Amino acid sequence: MSATPVRSDNPAALALAVRHRFRLAETLPWLLALAFYFAFPRYLGFGTELLITVLFAISLDLALGYAGIVTLGHAAFFGAGAYTVGMLAKHEIWTEPVSGLFIAAAVAGAVGFASGLVLLRTTGLTLLMLTLCTMGLLEEIANMAAEVTGGFDGLDSLPIKPLFGIFEFNPLYPYTQYLYVLGVLLVCFIFVRTLVYSPYGHSLTGMRENTLRMHAVGAPVRMRLIVCYTISAAIAGVAGALWAQANAYVNLSVLGLDRAATVLIVLVLGGYGRLYGGIIGAVAYMVLAHFLSKAYPTAWQLGLGLLLVAIALFARGGILGMVDNLTRPYKERKAQ
Amino acid sequence: MTALLETRSLSKSFGALLATRDVSFTLEEGARHALIGPNGAGKTTFINLLTGVLAPSAGDVLFKGSNINNVEQAERVKLGIARTFQINRLFRGLSVLENVYMAIAERVGAAPDMFRPAGKRQDVIDEAMELLTRLKLADIAHKTIPELSYGRQRLVELAITLGLKPEVLLLDEPAAGVPSAESHIILDAIDALPKSIGVLIIDHDMDLVFRFAKKITVLVRGAVFAEGSPREIGANPEVRAVYLGQATTHG
Amino acid sequence: MIVEIANMLLGGLAAGMVLFIVSVGLSVTMGLMGFVNLAHGGFAMIGGYVIVLAMNRLGVPFVPALLIGFIVTAAVSVVFERLLYQRLYRAPELDQVLFTIGLVFIMIATVTLAVGPETQPLTLPDSLQGQLNLGFMAYRTYSIVLIAIGVVIMLGLWLGFERTRMGAQIRAAVDNRRMAESLGINITRLFTITFAFGSGMAALGGGLGAEFLGLDPQYPLKYLVMFLIVVAVGGLGRITGVFYASLIIGVLDFTLKKYLPQGGTVFIYAMTIMLLLWRPQGLFGRPA
Repeated sequence: MSATPVRSDNPAALALAVRHRFRLAETLPWLLALAFYFAFPRYLGFGTELLITVLFAISLDLALGYAGIVTLGHAAFFGAGAYTVGMLAKHEIWTEPVSGLFIAAAVAGAVGFASGLVLLRTTGLTLLMLTLCTMGLLEEIANMAAEVTGGFDGLDSLPIKPLFGIFEFNPLYPYTQYLYVLGVLLVCFIFVRTLVYSPYGHSLTGMRENTLRMHAVGAPVRMRLIVCYTISAAIAGVAGALWAQANAYVNLSVLGLDRAATVLIVLVLGGYGRLYGGIIGAVAYMVLAHFLSKAYPTAWQLGLGLLLVAIALFARGGILGMVDNLTRPYKERKAQ
Repeated sequence: MTALLETRSLSKSFGALLATRDVSFTLEEGARHALIGPNGAGKTTFINLLTGVLAPSAGDVLFKGSNINNVEQAERVKLGIARTFQINRLFRGLSVLENVYMAIAERVGAAPDMFRPAGKRQDVIDEAMELLTRLKLADIAHKTIPELSYGRQRLVELAITLGLKPEVLLLDEPAAGVPSAESHIILDAIDALPKSIGVLIIDHDMDLVFRFAKKITVLVRGAVFAEGSPREIGANPEVRAVYLGQATTHG
Repeated sequence: MIVEIANMLLGGLAAGMVLFIVSVGLSVTMGLMGFVNLAHGGFAMIGGYVIVLAMNRLGVPFVPALLIGFIVTAAVSVVFERLLYQRLYRAPELDQVLFTIGLVFIMIATVTLAVGPETQPLTLPDSLQGQLNLGFMAYRTYSIVLIAIGVVIMLGLWLGFERTRMGAQIRAAVDNRRMAESLGINITRLFTITFAFGSGMAALGGGLGAEFLGLDPQYPLKYLVMFLIVVAVGGLGRITGVFYASLIIGVLDFTLKKYLPQGGTVFIYAMTIMLLLWRPQGLFGRPA
């Protein structure tokens, strides 16, 4: 029985066997990000913010796009990471940036694990409410504990040590920030990419597609969701930590519904459950927001609303989904 | 020889409703056993008790002689108790191969692996393709579930369950809703199941039950009403009165 | 001491009544269709604006303005429901969430463009201003009136739910939609009517509460979590549940804001989390 030949001729088996392979086109976003560094030195602050948004969106994609955990409170973890770095730096306990990321990831991951342990017993509206309330709770605590968090004003002028002891973080000329964030993003992206193409990642999509069936194939569904939620929270925490380090301040905006809704919109705009959706969505959203939201804030909000309604009604796959739909006839012709 | 799966005085109540009453039942190794009964007889509740979706109000469920009352659903699957569903519970957005991969990866313990690509588990892919070939699904292994006919979807349902290599297989109306032109593919697949598995089939379709079962248990209002060979059950006037007559008039 | 407690209770109950009037429609529509409608507060805002603008710009008296607000908002909501909501009844939650967030943005932007970003002042008629003598103490007339209106609406809705055919149909559909459909209840029509009525109620709440909740374009986002908490605590589709939950949260919020101006909200969030973990179906909902 076991001596069956490898069925590499079957298109499905072949596709599965090469799905994870690295494609040359995948270097493109990174080359563009590097090109941006040289081409637009005056926009590096914006670029840094964009890269951080990408990382945050990717973390959400893992929980929402892959495992199907519908959450409105992901900024809780972004905020946990940002405040960890902020508080440690402000009180001069820890100011080294790279190890600071690990601490932030551990704290945000712990918050994710603890909340996931209780929250992920529920689904649907209850889960949505619980994620919202957890984030609200953290936001209020950060607001109240003004002694350590700075309260409503937050903590500014964070004394972050130079990167590797050499490269200064200058808020006015964020060259170091940009490259640093890009490097961290690349590492995290490779990690998430490995994860989603692994059997574990495959089982996450199984839980998204049909949780009941996953129970019936013997998967420890709840534990697996908790692990995924924890990893996702830790990455969101890294994104938050980068934000605090790059800007040298934290305030309540890192924890609010605004940030949680924005990252959701970014991910959905790009296309969730698609790995590159977060990148595409962040670029599209941030560029539009940059040029429109300050000049025409109301029109921007109106447009964003219309866009969301249109995506929900007609384009559930986001931008990447539309690209898929447009190129499908071509791909099918090629396959025949 | 101890029975593969056994229940002793199993009962389940939902408030005032007694959905399962004092059911003592055994499924032997290699059994081809059918569970029949009119609508609302508690067949699905019984399956849910066997698979651990529901906890019994009283009585025991035993697997190979040991009590599994407190064993969770996922753990029972690992022991070798698998089921199919009445309504499709497939991973609709994934391909047929990926559906079956899911089950096999869980069984062989590949699923928790976070760092190796899924595509490099050639053993899992090969086994999945072998299973799909056996069920004549290999040609459509790349298609997603909504692209398949209903009969094929039922077959994928069976494939996922077989990927778990169960010792006990619970088939909940495997051919329900399948157009008659397609139903033979399901029947053939059931006929071709490995001899050693204990199979319990729950169905309304009397042709299917009599063609397949060596033993039949009739459940009425949650309790065992009659049990015996197809011949005995077919000849039992009381069973005919409560069930068979009703079923045959429907066709 | 007694006066202080009475102060807390009356103030909290008045706020709770507004919460109830706004949220009751949300609870019923969510219970009926399982639709996650984050834009419900938007209808309260639209209603509030119609009412305030009718009063301030057209000189319509308070009570007729409330009626106009109800009717206009209900009519607007029917258009939304028929054209848009209906397409997403069977869609995944995420799509419903996105769609309704989008709708909130559209509502906020439209109101900002049409009326302006500033807070709209609501001037109560003279008869509702001032204090009412309750015998042992005097209290704001308007708060007492709000409580009375809330009780009347609650009784009216309760009677409507328990005694009318329509109410029975809604109850049946909340409990078991498939069964209700197989009994020949026209769910689509039922939902349109419920949705319109619920949005109209939200409009009333928006107008009645404008005096102390304020009324500006950010209203639907500002109170989104509050309305959701009321519905989740009360249990989906339970009118009495939403009523009690509104009153509890109204009184709690009012009291906490007075004595713990900093930490009040923390307590409400924490309480909601505990409650939902203990009873995911809410205090008064039935287990799934």
